[in-house]
Amino acid sequence: MLQLKRHPNKLGIGGWLLKGRWGYERYLYILHRITGLGILTYFLLHIFVTSSRVLGMKTWEAVMGVLHHPVFMLGEYAVYAAFIFHALNGIRLILIEYGFAVGKAEEPVYPYRSSVNVQRPLGVGVMVLAVILALVGAARFFMLNGG
Amino acid sequence: MRKSTAWNLHMLAGLCLVILLGIHMITTHLDLILGWFNPAGGEAINWRNVVGRGMHLSWMLFYICFLGIALYHGLYGLRSILFELTLTRGAEKVVTAVLVTFGIALFIMGAAAAVVFQSQAMGA
Amino acid sequence: MTNERKSCEVVFHVRRFNPETDEKPYWQQFTVKVEPGMTVLDGLHQIKRQHDFSLAWRYSCRMGVCGSCGMLINGSATLACNTQILDISDRNLTIAALPNFKIIRDLVSDLSPMFEKHVAVLPYMLRDDIQEMHEPTGEYYQSPDDLLEYLQFTYCIKCGCCMAACPTMATDDAFLGPQPLAQAYRYTIDNRDDGTDRRKKAVTVEHGLFRCHYGGECSAVCPKGVDPARAIQLMKKQLFFDFLKLTKHKTPAHVLGRPEGVERNPKIPEPPPYTVEQE
Repeated sequence: MLQLKRHPNKLGIGGWLLKGRWGYERYLYILHRITGLGILTYFLLHIFVTSSRVLGMKTWEAVMGVLHHPVFMLGEYAVYAAFIFHALNGIRLILIEYGFAVGKAEEPVYPYRSSVNVQRPLGVGVMVLAVILALVGAARFFMLNGG
Repeated sequence: MRKSTAWNLHMLAGLCLVILLGIHMITTHLDLILGWFNPAGGEAINWRNVVGRGMHLSWMLFYICFLGIALYHGLYGLRSILFELTLTRGAEKVVTAVLVTFGIALFIMGAAAAVVFQSQAMGA
Repeated sequence: MTNERKSCEVVFHVRRFNPETDEKPYWQQFTVKVEPGMTVLDGLHQIKRQHDFSLAWRYSCRMGVCGSCGMLINGSATLACNTQILDISDRNLTIAALPNFKIIRDLVSDLSPMFEKHVAVLPYMLRDDIQEMHEPTGEYYQSPDDLLEYLQFTYCIKCGCCMAACPTMATDDAFLGPQPLAQAYRYTIDNRDDGTDRRKKAVTVEHGLFRCHYGGECSAVCPKGVDPARAIQLMKKQLFFDFLKLTKHKTPAHVLGRPEGVERNPKIPEPPPYTVEQE
């Protein structure tokens, strides 16, 4: 049989976010990945930084002095906001992935109401709550000044 | 470890982290609003607060549990993302081995720091 | 519908690829006069008749039953025959082959990896009573509630839209995908089936069940309302409850034999005589 070449058509990493018109949950999914990777990067550095407390007060205060720079403050706020989102969305994902928030199987009658519709309030609630908590954090980071 | 066990542990670790990292965030970032867990008051990263927390056995255990659980959750998550990029069988094995070694090394380092610091703080 | 629909000219941007002559796909534009009620499939026929007879796509039933004409229409995987052009656009329409599958030609994608993965999850009844399966003496007992547990997932027409929309499929070649995993659940939850353990082994592989992170896209695009994402999460739930020993041990449905000692209701007519000779 004549075998013609096939053209590969995988969307690739870009396809996680782009190359199509996707739904709300897909953007939550990609945000969950990005925040997860961001927190992990911070966390690995954080282990080294905080382990420096073993070296005594002087080292600690020198390291913390550097980290009081506005750039690091902004970075820390990003990690805080990322955690808020990742945690809330994570709870939503646990509820979904253990099958508690997707509803029961039902006969599909047009217009179809899928599990995506069933869990949608959860997805919206997560974002609302995340924004509120991120704003509370912003008050601490950018308005209060610690002594 | 079986695939389903590893995944279930990932989920369980995530649930624990919501609580552990939540406490950590309240301690360090809502310090000026709530002021919990900071014996000397003010910013959580002040040396006296760090020592104040570090000398308690319960805080030491908290940090060690936190470290281990967070490493497992984070590195398993990273492994998931890497595996979804269509690696070869060999590359998958290498990734797993590297991440496990890296995770154990970091755990030992961080846990050692917590234990040593606790004895230092008690002595001070 | 309140607003009156008028015929208008729509530009079809079609992603073309001919394996014999082209190195890679390219976009080609056709202007099609669209009447109210025309589906994307009708539009493609119009192009073939009036503009370019070499345009290739796959279709058969043209009424959303066969699952042949899945393609990426305006960035969303769906069936061409099931999509009204004026529902989505009265100016531009982009049409490409389903992503995450290799392109054979123009809008025809190679769905065979999906079929192979479908077979890998054992999508058929697994039971010990082989003799009864081959020469049935009655029906397996199933209540309407038992039926509802899996009915939704039987509507799958294997069009591949969910596989094209899945973000994990976008990068992971080995991932089983929404369609096969949903079918694995469809058979596992069927009370006539006894293959839970074997199917569990087939789906809890490295690139199986746990590579689904609920992007929700498969359920959103499914043209038959099958909801693969729900099936996958319910399967995870079932595995988890099995692990905790919280599910009652399921015995496969027993055979309902013919009732004995009962008179036939005379109002029920006899079946018509055989039209072919019996051996």
